[in-house]
Amino acid sequence: MEEQLKIDFEKSFKNSNFSTKKKNLKKEFLNKFIKEGLPNKSLENWKFSDISQIIKKEIGDLSFYNDISTPNKIEPSIYLDGLEQNSIVFINGRAEKIDFQFEEKNKVEILDDFELNNNCSNINSLINLNNAFVDKSFKIVIKENYSFKKPLVIYHYTNKKIKSKNINLRIDFILEKNSSLKLIDVLNDLSEKNFINTFYSFKLNQDAILKNYKIDFKNNGNIKYSFTNIEQEKNSLSEIFIVSSGSDFNKNEINCNLNGKYSSAFVNGLFSLNKKKHHEIKTIINHLNENTKSYQLIKSVLENDARAVYQGKIFVNSEAQKTDGYQLSKAILLDETTEFNAKPELEIYADDVKCSHGSASGSLNENSIFYLMSRGLNYKEAKELLINGFLLDVIEKITDSEIKNLIKNMIGFKE
Amino acid sequence: MKIQSDNNSTEKEIEKLKKYKYGFSTDIENVKAPKGLSKEVIKFISNIKNEPKWLLDWRLKAYERLKVLKEPDWQKPKYPKIDYQDLYYYSAPKSFKEKPKSLDDLDPKLLETYKKLGIPLQEQKRLNNIAVDAVFDSVSVATTFKDKLTEKGIIFCSISEAIQKYPELVKKYLGTVIPITDHFFATLNSAVFTDGSFVYVPKGVRCPMELSTYFRINASDTGQFERTLIIADKGSYVSYLEGCTAPMRDENQLHAANVELVALDDAEIKYSTVQNWYPGDKDGKGGIYNFVTKRGLCKGKNSKISWTQVETGSAITWKYPSCILKGDNSIGEFYSIAITNNHQKADTGTKMIHLGKNTKSKIISKGISAGFSDMTYRGLVDISSKANNSRNYTQCDSLLMGNKCGAHTIPYIKNKNSDSNLAHEATTSKISEEQLHYCQQRGLNSEEAVGLIVNGFCKEVLQQLPMEFAVEAQKLVGISLEGSVG
Repeated sequence: MEEQLKIDFEKSFKNSNFSTKKKNLKKEFLNKFIKEGLPNKSLENWKFSDISQIIKKEIGDLSFYNDISTPNKIEPSIYLDGLEQNSIVFINGRAEKIDFQFEEKNKVEILDDFELNNNCSNINSLINLNNAFVDKSFKIVIKENYSFKKPLVIYHYTNKKIKSKNINLRIDFILEKNSSLKLIDVLNDLSEKNFINTFYSFKLNQDAILKNYKIDFKNNGNIKYSFTNIEQEKNSLSEIFIVSSGSDFNKNEINCNLNGKYSSAFVNGLFSLNKKKHHEIKTIINHLNENTKSYQLIKSVLENDARAVYQGKIFVNSEAQKTDGYQLSKAILLDETTEFNAKPELEIYADDVKCSHGSASGSLNENSIFYLMSRGLNYKEAKELLINGFLLDVIEKITDSEIKNLIKNMIGFKE
Repeated sequence: MKIQSDNNSTEKEIEKLKKYKYGFSTDIENVKAPKGLSKEVIKFISNIKNEPKWLLDWRLKAYERLKVLKEPDWQKPKYPKIDYQDLYYYSAPKSFKEKPKSLDDLDPKLLETYKKLGIPLQEQKRLNNIAVDAVFDSVSVATTFKDKLTEKGIIFCSISEAIQKYPELVKKYLGTVIPITDHFFATLNSAVFTDGSFVYVPKGVRCPMELSTYFRINASDTGQFERTLIIADKGSYVSYLEGCTAPMRDENQLHAANVELVALDDAEIKYSTVQNWYPGDKDGKGGIYNFVTKRGLCKGKNSKISWTQVETGSAITWKYPSCILKGDNSIGEFYSIAITNNHQKADTGTKMIHLGKNTKSKIISKGISAGFSDMTYRGLVDISSKANNSRNYTQCDSLLMGNKCGAHTIPYIKNKNSDSNLAHEATTSKISEEQLHYCQQRGLNSEEAVGLIVNGFCKEVLQQLPMEFAVEAQKLVGISLEGSVG
């Protein structure tokens, strides 16, 4: 793989106009990645999902160079219906269209080439890979006291032209004081057997509000990894919601640092998996200051050889008194072939805190099904009703009603 | 023995002993194997114990494997590298070269030691209804109540004696639960284990009394590697207690024991531990490294294994008493209190591996950390795809005192069976001001109040202990937390 990496790396330099400084930095990242290789299960974080094996088995030889010189045509069908939106469209890793039609021009700044730096605490080799190969890294700055009028939707679209490719994407968001952003990520793939590696970094200044909805719903045969790093200052708030369902493999990793007092983080998500899919959500919430709060709820419904993993960690350092941390994961296993692994972890160094976690997994309650059937539903309807009720619990945590309804419609909930 | 060298520090000594009353050491001449770990040392141990050839071969096989094994390093409490060549692997009181026939032949100094420990071997005969096997450094020195047990057909003796007298039984079960191919410390133990207890309860017998072993490390630079094997045959019941203490020394000492339990059809084993090894002084100097492998196998149908532990001692505690629930309808239980104070560190928990149908397990873990200590609960619940209709309930609560200490919970939950139900709960909190205020208002001082609240917090686990131990454990909980409030 090393040879391939070096050849592809040279190719990516040829068609670019990186500064020498950036080139050197990228080389450093490449060397780091070559040294470490793809993560495997000997690493604690990858214990339940050995991505190096998965890539080897599903893709085989991966090509790291992705030619983005030719533009692609945007199919109008990829847009979300019935939602007034700003949008960024990525097709096969190339930014095709950036459209902020609903926002004031001078309040949002978009840069597509900025200095790479790495000061987030949770580096793994995939982030090095991302930094080494990412072509354009975007930076979006939202100015002080500005709230987005309409949500920003980022479409991650791939078509059938690409196969066995590694696509890297990086976007940094800076939310200045008292600003707010609603961000929806829509994953939409027609391709298969690609490895898509996304890295988001958010910086939330005082009183900023971020709502990020990551939707992976459409069935596809790609392997995905997404890392989200969030830095939060005083009184800021972040809300992440993950719908993890479509891809063959998807690992969402959230690292959230609550640096400022009264900052809070909410991470909720659902797995709805079948047909040998293997998904993971891994969260690390670092409570680093007083009076911070975090809340996590993950629900999963598994069927047909599916496998879900939830690794959640709440870290409280000794200064973070009066922390309130909560974590709950629940899973329904619908048949014998499924597997649910959880590792809800607490690491606490302060005494005046309230932290708890819970985890439960099991089958559908036969008594409930019996009850519904005795009221005239057939078995299938009864099962569906119970599963919908189970998942609705977490969907109701979405605070934006417009997006909540959108997600409900997408999953097919009947009101 | 650095502590004893300074005459002026006698007063300090006494002061120290008040805190850890088992901190004395006894001057008894010892026979030691040459320092270090080698084939020769293993042969020496095997030879001095007059072991059959199969056991020596078994030990050597473990030693061969040890050469390729690496010491694990994923645990939370890190410790300086142990030089395995700088340890004595065998140490026995000299007077024991000829094994004493009865208690009257025992070295009076030894008897005195046990008296100080609160285990007067002779008086015990009359007073309590507990059979005691005392292990001093590496060898078992005395076992009480032998006759009464023999009447029922129960074998309770040191494992060296069992190797001589009941080789078939030992050969059949030794290493079936913890094989020599296990992790580093377990394999180390297999290679160099010196003594330990052996219990066999025959079919349908309910052991009429509590069996108990008292472990004591006396010599310095010695690792203690004992091996305990308990077999409960069909339909039998046994309750076994284990207590440990060690003298205060400035250097760290290693204790790597293996405990294997085998429960056949309808049998039940209850294993309780009150572990009070020397925890090191206020600044974290010295203390025992307690790296123990304990594993129980519910081999037969309807069998049950229950672990109860009160962990108050040791500089580092690193152990996971586990249950392999192989037989259908078998039950595994784990009740634990772990208290760390000053610079103590603990990484403890359990593994429940469900293999059979209708298996049930329950985990109650209470962790209390104070001072500069660090406490980790690490546990695994693994439900295999064939373990239909299995149940697990896990509850782990932590209590923090002060903001210099840490409490961590790392549960691993694996479920491969849709028919099974798993529930896990964990909380971390501190003693509420209101509760403290209430108790103090009623005339308790702050330490008494904390003791009372902590005992309440631990009640669920303390209740599981046999009566004789429960009182001692309750006192220990109080002592361990002395000086942590205020």
